[in-house]
Amino acid sequence: MKINYKKAEKTIFELSSEGKKGINLPEAGFENVAIPEDMMRSEIDGFPILSQTEVVRHFTRLSSLNHSIDHGFYPLGSCTMKHNPKLNETLSSLKNFKDCHPNLSENLIQGSLELIYLLEDSLKKLTEMDRVTLLPAAGAHGELCGMMMIRKAHQMKGNPRKIVLIPDSAHGTNPASSVFAGYQTKEIKSNEKGMIDLSLLEKEVTEEVAALMLTNPNTLGIFETNIREISEILHKKGAYLYLDGANFNAFVGLFSPKKMGVDVMHLNLHKTFSTPHGGGGPGSGPVAVTKEFEEFLPIPTVEKGNNGYYLNYNIKNTIGKVRSFYGQFLVLVRAYSYILQLGIDGFKEVSKISVLLANYIRKNLETTYRLKYDSPTMHEVVLNDSVQEKRGVKNIDIAKRLLDFGVHPPTVSFPLIVHGALMIEPTETEPKEEVDHFIFAMKKIAEEIEQDPEFVKGAPYTTPVLRLDEVKAARNPILRWKK
Amino acid sequence: MKNPFVCLSEKDISDILSFLNLKKIEDLFSHIPENLKISENIDLKTYSEQQTFEIIENISNKNILPEPSKTFIGGGAYNHYVPAVIDHLVERSEFLTSYTPYQPEVSQGTLQAIFEFQTLICQLTGMETSNASLYDGATALVEAVFMATRIYPERKEIWVAETLNPEYRDVLKTYLQNFDYKLKTVPKTKEGIFDLKWMEKNISKDVLCFAFGYPNYFGIIEPVKEALKILEKEKVISISSTSEVLSLGILKSPGELGVEICCGEAQSLGIPLTFGGPYLGFLSTKETHLRKMPGRIVGETEDKEGKRGYVLTISTREQHIRREKATSNICTNQSLCALRACIFMSLLGKDGFRELALINAKRSYGLYNLIKKYAVFDKPFFNEFLIKVKDPKKLNKKGFYFGPPVENYFPDLKNSYLVAVTELNKKESIEEFAASLEEL
Amino acid sequence: MTHHNLYFTKTHEWVLPQEGVVGISNYAQGRLGDIVYIELTAKGKDVKKGDVIAVIESVKTTSDIYAPCDGKVVDLNPEVVSNPALINQDPEGSGWIIKMEIKDFSSEGLMKKEEYEEYIKTISE
Repeated sequence: MKINYKKAEKTIFELSSEGKKGINLPEAGFENVAIPEDMMRSEIDGFPILSQTEVVRHFTRLSSLNHSIDHGFYPLGSCTMKHNPKLNETLSSLKNFKDCHPNLSENLIQGSLELIYLLEDSLKKLTEMDRVTLLPAAGAHGELCGMMMIRKAHQMKGNPRKIVLIPDSAHGTNPASSVFAGYQTKEIKSNEKGMIDLSLLEKEVTEEVAALMLTNPNTLGIFETNIREISEILHKKGAYLYLDGANFNAFVGLFSPKKMGVDVMHLNLHKTFSTPHGGGGPGSGPVAVTKEFEEFLPIPTVEKGNNGYYLNYNIKNTIGKVRSFYGQFLVLVRAYSYILQLGIDGFKEVSKISVLLANYIRKNLETTYRLKYDSPTMHEVVLNDSVQEKRGVKNIDIAKRLLDFGVHPPTVSFPLIVHGALMIEPTETEPKEEVDHFIFAMKKIAEEIEQDPEFVKGAPYTTPVLRLDEVKAARNPILRWKK
Repeated sequence: MKNPFVCLSEKDISDILSFLNLKKIEDLFSHIPENLKISENIDLKTYSEQQTFEIIENISNKNILPEPSKTFIGGGAYNHYVPAVIDHLVERSEFLTSYTPYQPEVSQGTLQAIFEFQTLICQLTGMETSNASLYDGATALVEAVFMATRIYPERKEIWVAETLNPEYRDVLKTYLQNFDYKLKTVPKTKEGIFDLKWMEKNISKDVLCFAFGYPNYFGIIEPVKEALKILEKEKVISISSTSEVLSLGILKSPGELGVEICCGEAQSLGIPLTFGGPYLGFLSTKETHLRKMPGRIVGETEDKEGKRGYVLTISTREQHIRREKATSNICTNQSLCALRACIFMSLLGKDGFRELALINAKRSYGLYNLIKKYAVFDKPFFNEFLIKVKDPKKLNKKGFYFGPPVENYFPDLKNSYLVAVTELNKKESIEEFAASLEEL
Repeated sequence: MTHHNLYFTKTHEWVLPQEGVVGISNYAQGRLGDIVYIELTAKGKDVKKGDVIAVIESVKTTSDIYAPCDGKVVDLNPEVVSNPALINQDPEGSGWIIKMEIKDFSSEGLMKKEEYEEYIKTISE
């Protein structure tokens, strides 16, 4: 006898039918519109027709199909899925922020300008860098702005140079951003410790190298302890050190990018600074620079003058505008709210606890799964599936089986230098019980792989949909609904 | 513990430390050189939640916002009514605090909503395929142009209409400065539209693409059909950029006109003004250009029991796989904003969306007809037009705000300001504004 | 269907010198996983050894395919374009990719089947 009659969620187009309405609109009050008929469309073919009730139910039901950080553990490496404080939401909904038109004159927007100014100030303190632009819309956008500034700096000296060095462990946005800044990229291999080899770097840094893009700790969760020496090698040849700040959570409040010799770096507010991920954005990727780069900052910056705050478009050798308006403002509000709630002491706890928990996970799992690099672990640990692969089970299967334990899997298949990688970043906001449950789940799955690998390969079993056919999706792309 | 989001007790910490054979947490950092330590006494205080609220609320109160009904400001951001259901749904933890849907089995909510968003954008713009969003209208234009460079890699001349949003044009210039493309501006005519005669004279097979506003920066509906006829001769790629996407509720869609790539800003679809961000860039195009499209894309598929589901797909264009050969460096996009737009379009629906667009057009023509003698141009427009006013401050004193001024970008248009009218400008305010303008 | 006169490259392409047919090896298709799309170079193009003649996409990777010799591309296999899975199913037969008019074929740097299978053993983890 069939028990479960619950239906799969249809699309809005399948729920649509004539004669309903979702919202009542006001009267126009005027009648004439002098737009010629041949410029007007007859209707928006295919747009759905739904009542408010249906819209609310549809999206509420859709939401229940999602796992989220408010539900539980989400140990995605390099994503820093930490708790999103709720005060941040309240403050980003303040009317005077929410309803503020970006084209209002400066005397009416002193509050918004002050918030941007104060956020820049606090990020300067946390990085010990000299200026921070809050314009970039995401980390990758920040990388691109940073690399464009580096190119401008070189151009002003007479030679833009050709190459950006990028470690083989780097995130894909690094080479992509470099190319959009007009550079070619050259891969520099990590050594057996998972770090940059100084003598190899010496050889690679020629007068054609514009910069090295480094993530620290790198995507293996390993701190580049020689970073100061790295910066000296670069600076000797007139090249710059770009720091990808995606992993700032590992040392925020404890160590200083400025002292590491960093010239330009970006931060991810939707990572270290707790702004919510929203299912894939919006984020924000501020870029912090040393004094040398102040003249290349994108416009506008926010400055404080005698008559209050103002937008400054007069930056001598600016790279120009990189987006419309002034940044992901509501994301900036959330980040500032977070910084006030934490303070420097709160940030020291962030890095200490995130590194503590990552090491706890490492020690519990490094005999069950393989750990390729033995160096000290920071806030994330990269294990791999090489033991399990012998039974025919890969990291992706382990990830899918984890879903049945109520845990979101770690990042899989990255970084590229670890085949079958499982990149685990617990962050500092996890209760010990949930971390223990994750450890239990990973150990149990390893056992299951020994006993019944086919079972694990068939996972997940308890999610709203079972394993989805990604090959079919790529071979026959259906990217929109059609009748 | 100062951090209220950390969940470890003192006991938890000491248990873990003994498990790790460590005396104190600081030992975990002992391999890092001392000279990299941050300075002592960094001046960042820890505030209570209450204090934090007060501090930031006080900052927000320093904004002086005019009455919405008396605000007629446009120029790439539009003040529309945001239906109540949007905030209510979007604030749900499952949407707000979830990650990019890399594990589709536990992200069907986000994935299906984005699939619906992509479909709605296709329908609205008359195109065959759309991506899952870009940062904003300005960077969407950049991505559209870069997409064109992948379609005809040999062509180097890029045309942009002078009447396209000048902020967007500035951003395009920034991105193009590191490549050797020739950026040419198609000048505007006295009527405020792009110059067809100039295009006829200068068209050649070196021209890669032509990007224009639809409507343009002055709110005017450009002569797209005539332009496409000229472009067709050399198969130049047409790119439309729409900042006020509500206009597509009554205007012919770019797809219907024959435009090849459509991009723009969808802030008008349920996203409040929020001082300029986060907004919502979109891009849609023909199916043949699918693999040259930047950004994430959601596709439909099945699970192993044949149940319909959705996944991120054709990811091999993207940075995490293609790296330096990627179609774009974009990773995090504007997913939650796309969700807002999706809910907005679902709620308004086929008839409501059109009706709302008509209200905007009727009210703006209502104002236009009352103050025609101050209008700079007289071509058909949607909900925005340019007026010439000597002393706007006198109107500000009466509570009326409009703009932005266009003089900085167009030196021949002195004392000229944009005026945008939406459903939030009541009839009385429109009539009062017109009257106040007369009194000047 | 496999031919004994296939020559293999270190980058896992094969070529049938007489007919000028080029494809990827069985080992390569196994490493790529399910192939979802292939982008081919233009018919009539002159290529040098090592030039990219195709890009193969699987779900999680893309791979450049290189010309094994100098010559001119004279034909493309429409079957693999409409059904990329064919490359997984029959990589060394009907899953061929292009036909070339080879200019001065030389077996230098190429391996016959036995040598290639030895080579694979040395590079596998």
